[in-house]
Amino acid sequence: MDQLLQQIVNGISLGSIYALIALGYTMVYGIIKLINFAHGDVYMVGAYVGFFVTTYTGLGFIPALIISMAACAVLGMTIEKVAYKPLRNSSRIAVLITAIGVSLLLEYIMMYFVGAKVKSYPNLLSGNVFKIGKIIIKTQQIYIVLTALVLMVILQYVVNKTKVGKAMRAVSADKDAAQLMGIKVDSTISFTFAIGSALAGAGGVLVGVYYNSIDPLMGMMPGLKAFVAAVFGGIGSIPGAMIGGLSIGMLETLVSGYGNSMYRDAAVFAFLILILILKPSGLLGKNTKEKV
Amino acid sequence: MKKKMFLSLLSLVLIMGLLVGCGNGGGADNSNNKGEDGIKVGINYELTGGVASYGQSSVDGIMMAFDEINAAGGINGKQIIPVKIDNKSESAEATSVATKLMTQEGVVLALGPATSGNFMAIVPVAQQNKTPILSSSSTADVGVTTDKEGKVYDYAFRLCFNDSFQGVTMANFALNNLDAKKAVIIKDTSSDYGKGLAENFKATFENAGGQIVAEEGYVKNDKDFNAVLTGIKGKDFDVIFIPGYYEEAGLIIKQARDLEMDVPILGADGFDAPELLDLAGEEALNNVYYSNHYSSLDEDPLVKDFIAKYNEKYNTEPNAFNALGYDLGRWAADAIKRAGSEDTAAITKALAETKGFEGVTGTFDMDENHNPVKSIVVIGLENGVQATSVKVDPK
Amino acid sequence: MKVLNKKNIITLIIVSVIYAVVQALLASGIISSFYEITIATICINIILAVSLNLVTGFTGQFSLGHAGFMSIGAYACALINLKMNSTAGFLVGIAAGAGAAALVGILIGIPTLRLKGDYLAIATLGMAEIIRVIFLNMDDITNGAAGLNGIPRFTSWLWLFVFTVFTLVIINNFVKSSQGRACISIREDEIAAESMGINTTKYKVMAFAIGAFFAGIGGALYSSYFYFISPTIFGFQKSIDILVIVVFGGMGSITGSVIAAILLAVITTMLQSYSELRMIIYAALLIAIMIFRPQGLMGTKEVTDLFKFRRKDAKVE
Repeated sequence: MDQLLQQIVNGISLGSIYALIALGYTMVYGIIKLINFAHGDVYMVGAYVGFFVTTYTGLGFIPALIISMAACAVLGMTIEKVAYKPLRNSSRIAVLITAIGVSLLLEYIMMYFVGAKVKSYPNLLSGNVFKIGKIIIKTQQIYIVLTALVLMVILQYVVNKTKVGKAMRAVSADKDAAQLMGIKVDSTISFTFAIGSALAGAGGVLVGVYYNSIDPLMGMMPGLKAFVAAVFGGIGSIPGAMIGGLSIGMLETLVSGYGNSMYRDAAVFAFLILILILKPSGLLGKNTKEKV
Repeated sequence: MKKKMFLSLLSLVLIMGLLVGCGNGGGADNSNNKGEDGIKVGINYELTGGVASYGQSSVDGIMMAFDEINAAGGINGKQIIPVKIDNKSESAEATSVATKLMTQEGVVLALGPATSGNFMAIVPVAQQNKTPILSSSSTADVGVTTDKEGKVYDYAFRLCFNDSFQGVTMANFALNNLDAKKAVIIKDTSSDYGKGLAENFKATFENAGGQIVAEEGYVKNDKDFNAVLTGIKGKDFDVIFIPGYYEEAGLIIKQARDLEMDVPILGADGFDAPELLDLAGEEALNNVYYSNHYSSLDEDPLVKDFIAKYNEKYNTEPNAFNALGYDLGRWAADAIKRAGSEDTAAITKALAETKGFEGVTGTFDMDENHNPVKSIVVIGLENGVQATSVKVDPK
Repeated sequence: MKVLNKKNIITLIIVSVIYAVVQALLASGIISSFYEITIATICINIILAVSLNLVTGFTGQFSLGHAGFMSIGAYACALINLKMNSTAGFLVGIAAGAGAAALVGILIGIPTLRLKGDYLAIATLGMAEIIRVIFLNMDDITNGAAGLNGIPRFTSWLWLFVFTVFTLVIINNFVKSSQGRACISIREDEIAAESMGINTTKYKVMAFAIGAFFAGIGGALYSSYFYFISPTIFGFQKSIDILVIVVFGGMGSITGSVIAAILLAVITTMLQSYSELRMIIYAALLIAIMIFRPQGLMGTKEVTDLFKFRRKDAKVE
């Protein structure tokens, strides 16, 4: 029983990270129907920015987090302007291929400049642990879950209660109509990218602090798994992304802990294919009919 | 308009063809330069791609050795000309690079690649071109220097011990020095290194009556091991064996200790890197033992010298790959010197006849299977630093 | 329609000449063993690119898992060849590899090909990853991460050429047949095709299986040339490499894939000394092509179209 509870703790902290990344995926997909393949790599860049800030300027966790989020927001907006905007009217395959290109570009440029070796973060958050009975919870894990929750709540507020959020929802529903209503579609899309990327950056810093190891290829697998999470929760739905992230984190943890740890990644992909076949709109997603 | 497009396309293809042809011609000229300007030594390593860190570390060591030798006058008066080409961590590319080095660059021998798989991919090339290939880190038991039937490949040599030696040593260490009866293996399933070590450890441990309670796996670049560790926590075992590299091992050790798993943790030379301390932290690196080629506690002046020089040149402590690379460079130069000529047959003979070569990673003779006969050291870590070292001689 | 009409005889002559010329160059040593590797890479990449083009370019189904089928072909052929060390073993291996790949293609295709666009891409990516993980863990058969080594080399210029021509002929004929036209109609507008009575699922799976079949051949030739295979070779990176060739040449143009395969192999060989920049250049190239010339080199045109055009112009006047 203790083991199960401990595994749940593990699953929740892992899942919170996937949730942060999944939020970015789901927002971008909701607004321009693009799977931003490069999202996982924005997360990686965020981790590196956090690394450089903390190692070379000695700033603490919160300043590093904020700087990293800001840097990633800028990166996200730049990518959108340069690579995705020119293709807004092109076929879906074209945009997807471009996204793959951007992802590879980020990975290899990073590798070129910082090298392939892993880097470790300086000790930031205290390594204290809580113990509830036999369950061990590290303060870092609490930070991760709390940060993810706080950011999600802020995000929900922005999307549902502010004017910008309204614009985002409008563009999501019907881009042309939104434009006719006087909404600046371009800036709205940019803003969406900015927020999504900032969240990914936050995820990157949290991962760097918690696991203490970053490398240029760290974004690939978590990126794909966060995508699975977004799809599971219902792509386009923000609470869905959170639920999806936690679920995938739990799935992975349980497969590793009770099943065969060597098939852990395959299990996540198999789960994706299952969802896509059975209920592609996910848990909280909307069923969109394709109009001819 | 279409005609123009077609013509421009055609001319593009032709220009490319010409450029390639020129490259070919230029390359052919180089191969006849053997001996005039210096001695060409091929370096075929993973400098980009998935395992770039090991290739880069090895080459750092090799280049330090070559720079030293060249500064001291070279080999028999001739400077070493290293020809370094990246194989991108791809086996097909390794084959291509090896072919280029041997047929176009005319190297007298080639060093690398780092991984066993990539080395196995170039063995046929070496055999065909009768040029010796040396590895500093290809540890697989079968296929590197010998084929499946145990027959030795004439032109393949290695400087490092094989997986079986390290796996067996650590199993014996667990059984004899730590009185372990039950063990858990958490292996790197994405590398041949992890796989080979795990197999050898398991076989030795079980043969002596020990029990492998659980065998879990991970792949390179994994960061979260909490699930796996929590899964085995409830089980009863005396040691954890982690056949894998420091990038993941460091994290596993830290997460295991965080989960209050205080049993001894064992590993092999893949642990040897300054990053292990960065990743795991001092407190976690207690009760950790791993096999390695040398220990920083070693009083041998050669080892002390190497560590000092490496620190000076690269501003960081060396890891096992650096040390092995350094020795590889020196051994290659030594063999060429003993051969007295740039004839590949003579050099191959000199390599096979190596006796008592003194390297940082140990003094060794070459055995009939082109493997080194040398001792291994089992290092014990306390609070992140090397505290004990036990030397194990080859049987 | 006579098989030995003028067009086919000309094609046959050109094909034979190309074979003979390269064979002579190889035998005489003008093309060194290093460039022989480039030629092998080109032929294998042509087979892989053209087969992916059938699925992605002609049928519009975005598949990111082509390397998975390649790996099935590679492992099947290597395992058979290691047991039966002869040319017969090699050919049996190729047949088995291609067949197995096609079978897996059908099995995977039926459930996943109902997905569209981005979802299909990720599903195929997932499938390829699952195949890779399975091969990685089937220690007893595939030797896991250690890979299979000492694979005897039977892939020679003759076999490379034969299979490349075979692939080009079959896929070209398929595309020009009524089944091929059905596939193209699916690419153009799937809903319209469906309402015209075309069984879209059947044709999508057919194209997918054929693509997988030839990817299996490509994989088999690869394993029998490079002496060593391991699951890492057939990862996402490989699927992207093939995709770059297809995109560069033009999705929907067989000639485009051929030219792109040759060009990219040449560029890679030239950039061998600058490998750190190679991947950055590849990625930038991919983005640039998509933004500035999404139809790639040839769009959906074939090289024969260019000849047809001229005759048409003459008649119109």
